[in-house]
Amino acid sequence: MQHSRKIRYIIAFLLLSISVLVFVAMNVCIGTVKISLEDIIASIGGGQINNSRILWDIRMPRTMAAMILGGALALAGYLLQTFFHNPIAGPFVLGISSGAKMVVALVMVFLMGHAIRVSSVTLIAAAFLGAMISMGFVLLMSRKVNNMSMLVVSGVMIGYICSAVTELVVTFANDAEIVNLHNWSRGSFSGMTWDNVIVMAVVITVTFVIVFFMAKPLSAYQLGESYAQNMGVNIRVLRVALVILSSILSACIVAFAGPISFVGVAVPHLVKSLLGSTKPILMIPACFLGGSVFCLFCDLLARTMFAPTELSISTVTAVFGAPVVLWVMIRRSREKVA
Amino acid sequence: MKYYFKTEGLSVGYHKKPIIKDIEIGLEKGEILTLIGPNGAGKSTVLKSIAKQLAIIAGTIYLDEQSVESMSGTELSQNMAVVLTEKLRTEMMTCEDVVATGRYPYTGRFGILSESDHKVVKEAMELVHVTAIKDQDFTRISDGQRQRVMLARAICQEPEIIILDEPTSYLDVKYKLEFLSILQEMRKKKGLTVIMSLHELELAERVSDKILCIDGKCVDRFGKPEEVFEQGYISKLFSIASGSFDEENGSMELEPAKGEAKVFVIAGGGTGRNVYRRLQRQGIPFITGVLPQNDLDYPVARALATDVIATEAFEPITEEHMQEARKKLTSCDKIICCKETFGTLEQANLELLRFAKESVKEIEMNC
Repeated sequence: MQHSRKIRYIIAFLLLSISVLVFVAMNVCIGTVKISLEDIIASIGGGQINNSRILWDIRMPRTMAAMILGGALALAGYLLQTFFHNPIAGPFVLGISSGAKMVVALVMVFLMGHAIRVSSVTLIAAAFLGAMISMGFVLLMSRKVNNMSMLVVSGVMIGYICSAVTELVVTFANDAEIVNLHNWSRGSFSGMTWDNVIVMAVVITVTFVIVFFMAKPLSAYQLGESYAQNMGVNIRVLRVALVILSSILSACIVAFAGPISFVGVAVPHLVKSLLGSTKPILMIPACFLGGSVFCLFCDLLARTMFAPTELSISTVTAVFGAPVVLWVMIRRSREKVA
Repeated sequence: MKYYFKTEGLSVGYHKKPIIKDIEIGLEKGEILTLIGPNGAGKSTVLKSIAKQLAIIAGTIYLDEQSVESMSGTELSQNMAVVLTEKLRTEMMTCEDVVATGRYPYTGRFGILSESDHKVVKEAMELVHVTAIKDQDFTRISDGQRQRVMLARAICQEPEIIILDEPTSYLDVKYKLEFLSILQEMRKKKGLTVIMSLHELELAERVSDKILCIDGKCVDRFGKPEEVFEQGYISKLFSIASGSFDEENGSMELEPAKGEAKVFVIAGGGTGRNVYRRLQRQGIPFITGVLPQNDLDYPVARALATDVIATEAFEPITEEHMQEARKKLTSCDKIICCKETFGTLEQANLELLRFAKESVKEIEMNC
């Protein structure tokens, strides 16, 4: 039993890692301009190729962003699900993405209006503030309602309010800014620069390492707070850490790519089924890889399906993610009956 | 005397409002303490406070002369294990995984189990006989199996003291006895101290070294079972209004039938108990006698009969008793005799039966 499980874990991780590589390659190769794998390898080796600018300035940063942010998104979802003991929690569903989006939009419009350049760090800080505001509301609600669906409903409501405010701001923003802001507020990986990628890589790597070191207390926390406490876990510290870390992850995503729906809910469940385990020490890295694969795949579709028109990333993630959420809810209600 | 576990002026409750005040407990190493009391009296509150799950309102808890409050989470978890009524939340976890979570305080930063950890897990599972279900999903086993898995989990935490909140509630009689035997064994082998709450008073009486009675406001009594289980005390503690609890034997009877008794039961030596209970079920009040007070039938008779004609233990039946018995028998319409043969010291009852036959009463032989 123990042995066959280990084999399953190894296979799952191999599968996820290979998928990430394959999708990275596909995302870089496929597009209006096709770039062959040989060219890419040549270019990485320092050789000159035809479409080097498209490769290095557009495709590469975009692909890297999809990979990093996708992973972060799935991880944020996993942390929130663990925190709320709620299988359909996620940054988008709970309105945390929308809160972040609202504050980012406000800051962007304000700063652009004063002709100040908006740096990546400012964006993340603004998004973090917004995420924490939404999170605060959700936490207040979670004290009042002890019901899994009610919590999600209140999160969705918070999301709507924040989106409405964002819409308002976007509507009254300068014409020149609207296009950018509009695209971003719907969620997109387009227009990434290497600067963006470096900042997100640093922030998310640090967060990921911290989360990974929390795997042990998380595994105790999963069993329920009373038991975790008996196992020597400082519940209060852990809860605060979970709130802050999941908010940082959500904020980072929103700051660069806008709100992206369903990845945070769907991916942890798919990964869980793949692993056949919920051990955080496996789930944390696996969710990250799974989120990367999912977002790389969705971005590829968003970019190429109706090229040159680009779909918003959420359109694609919703198509694949929402059914998973439905499946989870049906399975859970069936288990309750049984 | 040196106590391993001690509380001083302990007050427990929720939101800074004390529910139970001034709890003074002292336990030596390896003693078993059982909390009894009516539903909602605060047994769980006391247990949770001891396990540091609830902030205590006043007083101190000492474990081996060290204040529990001053202990770190890990330190406490290596000394104290809990089995709560609250369900363990698991997903895709086998019973073995659940048991293994007990090793948590001993594993390293990433919580990976070593060979010796696996050995402890295996031993704990063998001890409570859950090895057969180790690969089953924890959510798909019965409540009774779950309680045993939870005990295995607590055991593999290698605690000095274990806190159990109603651990036997879902277990059938076999496993109830087995569960308590395991606790006794652990006490013998490892000097495990046990604090638990039980609803089964008869088991509490048998397994506990000390008993703590909680009645919703304070600790009503604390002491050895024989001190606590005084006649009539349990009925008072639980405010039993319908039926009765026999502290001496740890058995309970339903409410006796009301009304004027028209049935007389001649019994003795355990032959009458089932008849008494049948009459109670049918709602027929009855009189019974003559029984010595140390007769097997006596406790049930006392609980169910309208009237019991009884003699002191090991004393002969006197003419006085006989007169009373004849008088009561005369007032009845029906006699039930549970005895076929009468021993030397029961000749009075045989005489009673003859007397009944002479007065042409309806006689039912039930032997």
